[in-house]
Amino acid sequence: MEELRGKAYVYACILVLIVTIFSIVYFIAVRGLSPFLSDGVGIGEMLFGKTWAPDADVPLYGALPFLFGSFSTSLLAALIAAPLGFCASIFMTEIMPKLGKTVLQPAIELLAGIPSVVYGFVGLSVIVPFLRDTFPGQGIGILAGGIVLSIMILPTVTTISTDALRSLPSGLKEGSYALGATRWQTISRIVLPTMLPSLLTGIVLGIARAFGEALAVQMVIGNAPHIPGSLFESASTLTSIITLSMGNTTLGSPHNNALWSLALFLLIMTFVFVFIVRLLERRAVR
Amino acid sequence: MRAKTVDRIATGVIVVIAALILAVLAGLLAFLLIRGLGHISFDFLTSPPQTIKAGGGIGPQLFNSLFLLVLTMIITIPLGLGAGIYMSEYAKENRFTSFIRLVVEVLSSFPSIVIGLFGLLVIVNTFNLGFSLLSGALALTVFNLPMMVRITEQSLRSVPKEQKEAGLALGISRWKTITSIMLPVALPAIVTGTILTAGRVFGEAAALLFTAGMSSPRLDFTDWNPFSPTSPLNPMRPAETLAVHIWKINSEGLAPDASEIAAGASAVLVITVLLFNLGARWFGRFLYRKLTASK
Repeated sequence: MEELRGKAYVYACILVLIVTIFSIVYFIAVRGLSPFLSDGVGIGEMLFGKTWAPDADVPLYGALPFLFGSFSTSLLAALIAAPLGFCASIFMTEIMPKLGKTVLQPAIELLAGIPSVVYGFVGLSVIVPFLRDTFPGQGIGILAGGIVLSIMILPTVTTISTDALRSLPSGLKEGSYALGATRWQTISRIVLPTMLPSLLTGIVLGIARAFGEALAVQMVIGNAPHIPGSLFESASTLTSIITLSMGNTTLGSPHNNALWSLALFLLIMTFVFVFIVRLLERRAVR
Repeated sequence: MRAKTVDRIATGVIVVIAALILAVLAGLLAFLLIRGLGHISFDFLTSPPQTIKAGGGIGPQLFNSLFLLVLTMIITIPLGLGAGIYMSEYAKENRFTSFIRLVVEVLSSFPSIVIGLFGLLVIVNTFNLGFSLLSGALALTVFNLPMMVRITEQSLRSVPKEQKEAGLALGISRWKTITSIMLPVALPAIVTGTILTAGRVFGEAAALLFTAGMSSPRLDFTDWNPFSPTSPLNPMRPAETLAVHIWKINSEGLAPDASEIAAGASAVLVITVLLFNLGARWFGRFLYRKLTASK
């Protein structure tokens, strides 16, 4: 009897999980598809249109500026965070493991715990003024967003590559050292190629996190709905436009539906990222 | 000779970058604390915010954050424990299990704003719970559930096999073995993980914009009747949390001292998260000593 009740309980919990995910996908898909099904917006028009003017007489729903903003900030963040995270993990496992474990690792865990609005606040009060003073422009824009995001995803990249480095078969390195290779030769020619899939996994997870991050980016990117001409010009991301506009539109209006399409795109990108990570993990196992 | 030079340069670069990361973190904390600590006072922590005048506090926001955290954990813990127990004890290696694994993985990768939007559509509008603490707690449950499942599963898996087998050998049911033999052993790790998850709830904002709302009614802290609309304990009232407040005053703050308030509130948030981190580790060790009789 007890066993039965216990089983019923755990299966109910699993059922809640499954129902949750299906309803998320279902509800967001129904809303997100309605611009194409009932408002007469073309999918191509939305993905490649450069003008976002939902309140104009002839409303235009070109989301390219937001797609551009999301992809460029998260790729830029990965570009900054990947080498830093990789060096940090080499430092922790190969160069000074003791210092790494007692100082650097807790520091990185701490970075992971800091809430995203705090990163946004720091970005707004430190990074943006710094960029404004050193480069032309207002300081807000893709670069500011990329820098803030890179600090936010650094823990993800570092933790995963550190785990991969630690689980490396030990004979590999010893063999290389025994042949007289220096530490850097061993790292660059043996360790790095072996752990490349794991490293890429970390980077993809970082990009996924950066892509979905909303508030920190929204605070520093400027939120202008056009494609910026330089890294220092104001831009927008999918998440920032949703954050700003969702509250000001009525549910069911074409403008509101278009925002749900952007959310649907975020959802689809999540699936794409999970898929890529799974592919990479399969390669890492072999 | 050349290879050795390259090795030295590479080592130097790596050490410099590691130092740089530490410097960034130290600078970040120093900035937050130096800017923020000066603004934190008992009055700041307890008084309500001002919209256009200087001198507003973060009292209701702080209370909302803590209350929301409690509500969220009340919903998340039983669900996460159950699903985690299933994953580690009942799941067989088949298609269904790998499907559940995929579900957990996807759920944990959803951007928090997507969860917030789902909450807006389904919890706030369809179920008609409105912008409320309960809606926020349900959205955050979706957000935290995968973490909780993983923590439970990993903690249960690290329980020595002998203990489980000993329980089963005594002829007690599997469920009884899990709840009275394995769970107590796994408890320290589960508690540590749970507190860390709670720390994340405290700093989360994007999912709450559309579920718990961006405003707080005037709260009457002498009214403890949970059904009264101005009672702090009413779970059906809208509630702005500390993290949402920081975001709001940074993007549309009208008070002349908005940046000081943001700095003070950020410091409070970071200090709380730090306390959660340290507290989780300390409490986990404490429980471990208590439950295992090891010194």
